[in-house]
Amino acid sequence: MSRYIPNTYVQQKEMLEEMGFKDINELFDDVPGDIRFKGRLELPAAMSEIELVKHMQWVASQNKNLDEYICFLGAGAYDHYVPAVIKSLLSRQEFYTAYTPYQPEISQGTLQAIFEYQTMICELTGMDVANASMYDGATALAEAITMACRVTGRNQVIIPRTLHPESRQVVKTYAKFNDITVQEVGFEDGQTDFEGLYRMVSEGTAAVAVQNPNFFGVIEDIRQAAEIAHGKGALLIAYVDPISLGILKSPGELGADIVVGEGQSLGGALSFGGPYLGFFAARKDFLRKMPGRIAGQTWDSSGRRGFVLTVQTREQHIRREKATSNICSNQALNALAATIYLAAMGPEGLKKVGEHCIEKSHYAYEKLLETGRFSCCFKASFFKEFVLRSAVPIEKLNGKLLEDKIIGGYDLGASYPELAGTWLVAVTEKRTREEIDMFVRKARAI
Amino acid sequence: MREEKLIFEMGTKGRTAYSLPDLDVPRKGVENLIASEYLRETAPALPEVSEPEVVRHFTRLSQKNHGVDSGFYPLGSCTMKYNPKVNEYVSDISGFARVHPYQHEGTVQGCLRLMYEMDKMLSEITGMARVSLQPAAGAHGEMTGLMIIRAYHEHRGQKHRKKIIVPDSAHGTNPASAAMVGFEVVEVKSDEKGNVDIEELKSVAGEDTAGLMLTNPNTLGLFETNITKIADIIHSAGGLLYYDGANANAILGISRPGDMGFDVVHLNLHKTFSAPHGGGGPGAGPVGVKKELVPFLPVPVVELKDESYYLDYDRPLSIGKVKSFYGNFGVIAKAYAYILSMGQEGLKKASQTAVLNANYLMKKLKEYFHLPYDRTCKHEFVISAQRQKEKGVSALDIAKRLLDFGVHPPTIYFPLIVREAMMIEPTETETKEALNEFIEIMREIAEEAETEPEKVKGAPYSTVVGRLDEARAARNLVLRWKKEDK
Repeated sequence: MSRYIPNTYVQQKEMLEEMGFKDINELFDDVPGDIRFKGRLELPAAMSEIELVKHMQWVASQNKNLDEYICFLGAGAYDHYVPAVIKSLLSRQEFYTAYTPYQPEISQGTLQAIFEYQTMICELTGMDVANASMYDGATALAEAITMACRVTGRNQVIIPRTLHPESRQVVKTYAKFNDITVQEVGFEDGQTDFEGLYRMVSEGTAAVAVQNPNFFGVIEDIRQAAEIAHGKGALLIAYVDPISLGILKSPGELGADIVVGEGQSLGGALSFGGPYLGFFAARKDFLRKMPGRIAGQTWDSSGRRGFVLTVQTREQHIRREKATSNICSNQALNALAATIYLAAMGPEGLKKVGEHCIEKSHYAYEKLLETGRFSCCFKASFFKEFVLRSAVPIEKLNGKLLEDKIIGGYDLGASYPELAGTWLVAVTEKRTREEIDMFVRKARAI
Repeated sequence: MREEKLIFEMGTKGRTAYSLPDLDVPRKGVENLIASEYLRETAPALPEVSEPEVVRHFTRLSQKNHGVDSGFYPLGSCTMKYNPKVNEYVSDISGFARVHPYQHEGTVQGCLRLMYEMDKMLSEITGMARVSLQPAAGAHGEMTGLMIIRAYHEHRGQKHRKKIIVPDSAHGTNPASAAMVGFEVVEVKSDEKGNVDIEELKSVAGEDTAGLMLTNPNTLGLFETNITKIADIIHSAGGLLYYDGANANAILGISRPGDMGFDVVHLNLHKTFSAPHGGGGPGAGPVGVKKELVPFLPVPVVELKDESYYLDYDRPLSIGKVKSFYGNFGVIAKAYAYILSMGQEGLKKASQTAVLNANYLMKKLKEYFHLPYDRTCKHEFVISAQRQKEKGVSALDIAKRLLDFGVHPPTIYFPLIVREAMMIEPTETETKEALNEFIEIMREIAEEAETEPEKVKGAPYSTVVGRLDEARAARNLVLRWKKEDK
């Protein structure tokens, strides 16, 4: 018997006999013979724990990992430091083995943590309400766009090409099945082409979605984007990296109506792309059109404060096909990681992380330019990522760096043909001067 | 247990829990690098607390939760089985947890191999041709699967197939997912045995049918004995069959959705394949399809060529991407470890035992509670509190009373077609002793409902808070903490 199945054959036999069955197969008499699976599933033989661990270690060893390699790759997933308290607290079984908090009296831990998370997201984004989280940044953006269409009764959205290419792809998938037209506007000096945007926005536009800092790392003018969108009655969706919000103005202050983003930077593991954290916040007028779970404060009969899931009449288990979304979960554990991260960092720590990202990325930028092997691509301000044009093909550059245990930047030519030969380099607070200097030295030598 | 303050109500100005080195590059000053109009003037009101306070706060919060490791968790349709510890350990190895999704393919052969093998194993388990691991949850898998169905019909010039048939016993996500993909939802009734009403199905299936979504066993925990007939009706109308894998824990190695006639399947790795639920997520909802639907799967899929794995984006008929990167890899790795631990025998044994445990409970509990559909169940079953309701005790009251016994209550008021429903799923990882204890607790509560109904109606008594006023929460919305609330 498997180590995870406690009842022995003898016990199972006793249970069957008590019910008047002779054989466990009798419990499946209602499965018609022609669809009963008769063979053996072609799966590897069961492994003991020792064998499993060895196998998994071997599979993992086929990857290059960032404990052994120095990472200058970002492009939507970042090598920020994850404080030790996060793993320690996330390992508490009461958090990670629980299900959705359907029974609030025995789920106050999860519910209060969500309430604290919602508060932090509102503080960072400058929005009135936040939900309990979404699958990832891209799906949060896609849901923001479908929500904007519901709110405005319009079905066109405009997204600058400075927004993450994969997120745009996800938006297009969702849009295609909801009769939403996605228009793209180009960029000038790494920033959204605002003149182009101004010309494109119309009375049919439901929303304009702008990423900040954008995919090139460049800081966008959210205020201008919001003014252009609002001028035609469209909403402004800001798609932001929350780790920048200890330093950068909140999108709410700048006129955004909905703020979403990828929260992996807040204490999340890179984990080959998931699980990550989508966050979703909006102005309070849109509360009842929002997707996802929301926790609210209430009291019990003896006046004790507690938390429950609320505004549930938007959701699928009640509204079925009329729900605001089909989502029936959240990324609770990732949201918890972000909550612990933000609690540990506090306003000062978050600001400092932002400062280090800015200072170190600018240091790396200048040092790379000084080598004479790279040239400037955009002049606009950036946060922790920047673009350089390289004399050497990017693939060769990254290939050589890898030999020195360095993971180089993202090859922009892969998603932007006009930017072939340019390199998107990310520098987080984790990179030391020594690492940056070595990176520059090695890059110069190629 | 004392009330735990909100983290914002703790600490004091100037306290921190972060640790950063001194800046080791020459400081240029943020204000000299970024225009002041972009810079924040007021700091976000994040907590100002020390590390011991952070740890104590979240530890105390955790103590207010009931997890699978805390006690019995027979929450129907959620498959709250034990989450093996070794899976947590192996998924957290640096070679998995510390890998960037955009690293060169040559540096992530381990991750790609794991995904490739997982695709193969899940295809084998479900009887499908290929599986995409991209969807992040069950509902996300449903959406993806329905997008594939729509893309398939449209590719064949059958744009008019706009209707998805859903039984009245279906999960709420089924109709909601159909709506998100631009389908119209047609509901069909269940018959007196709890199966899909065949005559009604015949009357609604037709030219405009895109497909049927079905859970098998259904949400009553009953096997759709007419499944091949249902498949014939839908297929001969030109539609496709979608398998909602929420209840797959009943059928591993016993009957494969592909053999039942399903064309598209999603699985919940956090239910059937033991990945933890995380308090509501992250999960993973891979989608498998039959051969003719493979071209429509999301991009990328992992392929193997000359002994190396690569991501194939060159798939012109693909619906596109439904999520960034490749899926919830960390969750997928846990489920992969689970399948390897169990092997084919183990998986089959898990399903057999889950079904045995459910029938054992059902048989014993029907003495005290009304059992609306009295036939052999699969991995779960639905009883009703309608007998207790006559004394004024509802399914909700019984659920709340269970909390006093340290048991997580069953799913209540679902499926919608049973009054005062209580949906019980014990899973295979419970001991006979735990099952007997639960039976005894349920007997006691049933007795209380007879003799002291007020006691049950006032429950719970032993939890950190009493019954919470949900109506008040919805009426007087407080969705975040604010400084002035202090």
